[in-house]
Amino acid sequence: MVAQEREEIKHLQFLRLKNLLERIYAKVPFYRKRLDAIGFTPDKLKSLADLRHLPFTTKQDLRDNYPFGLFAVSQEELVRIHASSGTTGKPTVVGYTKNDIELWSELMARSMQKAGVTAKDIIHNAYGYGLFTGGLGFHYGAEKLGATVVPVSGGNSKRQLMLMEDFGATVLTCTPSYALHLAEVMVELGISRERLKLRLGIFGAEPWSEELRAKIEEKLKIKAIDVYGLSEIMGPGVAMECQEQKGLHLNEDHFLPEIIDPDTGEVLPEGEKGELVITTLTKEGIPLLRYRTKDITALSYEPCKCGSMLVRMDRVTGRSDDMLIIRGVNVFPSQIETVLLSLGYTEPHYMIVVDKKGALDQLEVWVELSDQFFSDEVKRLEQWEKKVEAELYTVLNINAKVRLVEPRTIPRSEGKAKRVLDKRDLK
Amino acid sequence: MIVKQLSVFLENKSGRLARVTEILGENKINIRALSIADTTDFGILRLIVNKPDEAYRLLKAEQFMVSLTDVIAVEVPDNPGGLAGVLKTLEPHNINIEYLYAFVEKASDNALVVFRVEEIEKAIKILTDNGIKVFKGSKVYSL
Repeated sequence: MVAQEREEIKHLQFLRLKNLLERIYAKVPFYRKRLDAIGFTPDKLKSLADLRHLPFTTKQDLRDNYPFGLFAVSQEELVRIHASSGTTGKPTVVGYTKNDIELWSELMARSMQKAGVTAKDIIHNAYGYGLFTGGLGFHYGAEKLGATVVPVSGGNSKRQLMLMEDFGATVLTCTPSYALHLAEVMVELGISRERLKLRLGIFGAEPWSEELRAKIEEKLKIKAIDVYGLSEIMGPGVAMECQEQKGLHLNEDHFLPEIIDPDTGEVLPEGEKGELVITTLTKEGIPLLRYRTKDITALSYEPCKCGSMLVRMDRVTGRSDDMLIIRGVNVFPSQIETVLLSLGYTEPHYMIVVDKKGALDQLEVWVELSDQFFSDEVKRLEQWEKKVEAELYTVLNINAKVRLVEPRTIPRSEGKAKRVLDKRDLK
Repeated sequence: MIVKQLSVFLENKSGRLARVTEILGENKINIRALSIADTTDFGILRLIVNKPDEAYRLLKAEQFMVSLTDVIAVEVPDNPGGLAGVLKTLEPHNINIEYLYAFVEKASDNALVVFRVEEIEKAIKILTDNGIKVFKGSKVYSL
């Protein structure tokens, strides 16, 4: 039965891929040029396996065609434009047709439903609204589902908590670091958990660890669900966990996933870890062929207990472009977070500072001192630093210097946490 | 007999110590004694003040990492060998002194030494048994 369903999905994917190729070949000069260059016309697509011979699309391609060069429809057909933050230059711009927005809402609604949200829920949506896709993505999905949305967006945590209490929010949606921050503020303000009706949270937009999930679930007494998305593909809801919390179901009837070796570009066998590449099968505004997400994950086609046949992707362990290479060693911020949590840090506020000392890369981890580890004796604090350093060494295999810093000195973000300061980049 | 000492974690960057003393000053809290133990990255400021609980609250509210630590304040004769005489009483009992610092008592000719030890009650008993004057917290705060 399952095998048959898989064949059905593959068939649907093939038909949609063919349609996609025809559309982009006809409507996007960038793709026509790319495909002509390798002598591939859409009629040459014979099976899904042919996809691996087609060129990748990268974030750089989006930048080079800024702002609307990769759009496949006229401006009149667009109903909305979103853009990424553009931290490294011009933002990447994406456009949505009416159908695209409808599809996005439907995929979000269907994913949220699998995550346990119902029409009876009150959703406190603290994802940022605006050019960032998080806020509106959740908003439209929740409305489609028939739930009640509080479009609070980011900022002013005190007020957020007041509204959560007064409106009786049952579901919280925001970044995992902001969820942790809200939990902290709750304690500071002396708001007992019993005053809130929260039962579920859907967190994403930044890589986070299983340990952080456990912390959030414990502190907020909720079930924490992982969500994955990127504006280039759609926004949140490309993939989301179901109630089982065992991998994120990827909406593969609309987004065709591949896992490649990030260095060679070769497609990796099922189950192997690598960079996620997505082809949008049905998007109209800005369809993308083999878009390199830079996110490191693996896909599993094992049937899920929830009954959904959609492929599951692992929690993203890091972005290949967020990954630090320190003295030749790959370091993911999430590894450092995991170490701090395992040592009992309940609120791991930390910052990774990389610098060069002479020719050598130097890794420093700044950790905010918390009450439980403070001592009036220098030697105990130094012992603590040494302990964290030793633990980091076993995980990372390189030496990191731990530096204890005063509480509240590492910048808090209402959105994505800024965890890395790479001073080598500034030189 | 126990004296409450404020212990404040300070990163080694300019203005932090000044900020602590400023907060105390603004709130009419008087510093009786202080010492700083430091490393390259951070220091621990230890303070005896006239209103330790209030000072703790104020610093905490300003997001400082601060704790109240139990210490003992001992009167030491202000002459050669004065401190040695006090320490000698503790030595046979394996009382380990984590740190100490001194300040001058204005009211008399004697010095006051603040001790931080693991077994505080035991140390107090030994000292008083040996006729050494251990100050009460209330007395130290109001010196």
